[in-house]
Amino acid sequence: MIVAEPKPIAEVAGLIKAAKHVLVVGCGECVTVCQAGGEKEVEILASALRILWKIEGKDGTIGTQTIVRQCEPEYVAELAKKLKGADCVLSLGCGVGVQFIAEAYLDKWVVPGLNTKFAGGTVKAGIWEERCGFCGDCVLHLTGGICPIIRCSKSILNGPCGGSQEGHCEVNKEISCAWQLIYDRLKGLGKLDLLDVIQPAKNWQTSRDGGPRKFVKEEAMIE
Amino acid sequence: MTTQKPETAKAAEVAVGGGAANAAGATGLANVAGAPEFMPKIVAFCCYYCAYSAADLAGSLRLQYPPTIRVIEVPCSGKVDPVILLRAFEEGADGVYVAGCMEGDCHFLKGNFRAKKRVQAVKKILDQIGLGGQRLEMFNLSAAMGTRFAEIATDMTRRIEELGPSPIRPEALAARKAAAGAKEQGEVKTR
Amino acid sequence: MSAAEGKYKTGSRLERVLRDGHFAVTCEIGPPQSSKSEKIREHAGVLKDVSDGQNLTDNQTAIVRLCSLAAAVHVKAAGGEPIMQMTARDRNRIAIQADILGAASLGIHNLVCLGGDHQTFGNHPGARNVHDIDSIQMIQMVRAMRDERKFQCGDEIKTDEPRMFVGAAENPFGDPFEFRVRRLAKKVAAGAEFIQTQCIFDLKRFEEFMKMVRDAGLDEKVYILAGLTPAKSDKALKYMQTVPGMKVPDELIKRMAGAEDKKAEGVKITVEMIQAVREIKGVAGVHVMAIAWESIVPEIVEKAGLLPRPRVG
Repeated sequence: MIVAEPKPIAEVAGLIKAAKHVLVVGCGECVTVCQAGGEKEVEILASALRILWKIEGKDGTIGTQTIVRQCEPEYVAELAKKLKGADCVLSLGCGVGVQFIAEAYLDKWVVPGLNTKFAGGTVKAGIWEERCGFCGDCVLHLTGGICPIIRCSKSILNGPCGGSQEGHCEVNKEISCAWQLIYDRLKGLGKLDLLDVIQPAKNWQTSRDGGPRKFVKEEAMIE
Repeated sequence: MTTQKPETAKAAEVAVGGGAANAAGATGLANVAGAPEFMPKIVAFCCYYCAYSAADLAGSLRLQYPPTIRVIEVPCSGKVDPVILLRAFEEGADGVYVAGCMEGDCHFLKGNFRAKKRVQAVKKILDQIGLGGQRLEMFNLSAAMGTRFAEIATDMTRRIEELGPSPIRPEALAARKAAAGAKEQGEVKTR
Repeated sequence: MSAAEGKYKTGSRLERVLRDGHFAVTCEIGPPQSSKSEKIREHAGVLKDVSDGQNLTDNQTAIVRLCSLAAAVHVKAAGGEPIMQMTARDRNRIAIQADILGAASLGIHNLVCLGGDHQTFGNHPGARNVHDIDSIQMIQMVRAMRDERKFQCGDEIKTDEPRMFVGAAENPFGDPFEFRVRRLAKKVAAGAEFIQTQCIFDLKRFEEFMKMVRDAGLDEKVYILAGLTPAKSDKALKYMQTVPGMKVPDELIKRMAGAEDKKAEGVKITVEMIQAVREIKGVAGVHVMAIAWESIVPEIVEKAGLLPRPRVG
């Protein structure tokens, strides 16, 4: 899922300062799972901001609505009714959601309530970690299912580097050395010979380096 | 239990707004000279298995504690969501606390741990929005601790009395507006 | 071209020394955090007669310094034999190839291909790192520019291809230990011609490493220069224990702590190490890294009996 983290309340309050009628919009998918922007978090934030506005003696309304997901125009359209009186949308979706709302409502000031961080999964309740580098040319079959692009701090394809110590990345001890993990995994699978092959320089055009990307599926284009 | 209990959140709103404990003194104007003494409005979310039973016990023991507490029974302290705590403050509560079983004795095993973490998280939010995390607290007690229940009620009341009324009590907001209006009029006159 | 010259692929003095079978000595110069070139030239002047090549580090520990290419030019002007270091951290393949063309045009013949310390170690931790290619891919690329006269994309280098003597680094103490030699084999297969190791304090572990190297037949395929750093005090050694990838035995620290003249003891230890690694089959030379103490290198090389440096073509 896309994992995001709530922006500090002070920062969010600053973003909606000039507004009078804010709609806080949640998303029912990824940010619900990582407990950053789902319905619960929307209600919590809205209540906190209302209290803050009251303390500041500020007049205005802060409403809420959570849609199935913000990255789908069909669902974003459901915001129209509540948005009628609003002059600001505080989106608790990931960066994608914020943009889809902004695109759909050109006359509304849309601000992000989250810092979108990475593509990852749940390691343990309350802990989400990055796993995928979105390189567009997946090489997980070469590394026993461990992504060298994103889990290695230097995106090395022929690792490890000289800084790997006792399974830790040189950057800090909390980061596992991806190549130690890859080595251990392939050893366990009896496929260490995969590591003897020199992986050539990567073509990064499929990654963000090639510009904003698109995926088109012809048979799904029904219009 | 066959008695109908109102929705927890709604109960919080009702508890803060009305009630017999809302004596003449609860106007939130404690700082204004000549005004009656401040009577805090404190909402207590008490779990059925321990805290609420302790409350019952305190009652049967005829223990005295301030009439500031509005008790709301929940099946488990873990049922309390951060939203409910914030809504209580939004509706004008001066203080809120969650009372659950002793750690390790929660009837639902981990409910009181969840409550503890949520209370800690909301305390941080309250600090960030300027209301103050000290207005919220978590307590643990067993069903046999009637005395402790009264003690908690008294301690929390004292704490809130010291902190003063919530700056967003409807009365406080109205008074502030009136004062601001009077000040503006005064300025117009002096020009 | 004479038969003897046929075996040399570049104009590198270091290459000649190694291919002629001499025990090589290289050392290191750390460029300054300013545009001042005097010290570089000064060090080069002192080191050129006691070593076969002088490494110029490339923004070491991700701290911005005078770039290794320019530093190499200064060393050459002072009569030295520059060994340019290049990391994958700060430049993409386009910039790296361009820098190699530039370096070659300025008479620089030696290149060490490195991954590079992560930028969080340095003074610009917020910088975006590049890592377009890794050190192994860089080795492949530089060799192809020389021997196949091709750019990384496959285009031909029509004239004056850069002829670099290609080196790489290896850490005999990195983890996973049993994989280190396999990775070294990969570097050799990619085209590395010489290796400079991370500095050695744990002789036993280095011997283990060299045995594994010999068992893999790598000593016949690549020139391995053992890295050594003279320590000034036991404090310095203790600090080195904290650097990722370094192993310093406690006995060494005790020995330093007990010494009266710590600097002299540091020199003694380094000289002993040189003599020890010389005895290990497969070690083709030493790489003396005396950053901030470049002046001590002549004494060390002399005491180790490695002077004068051989005269080569």
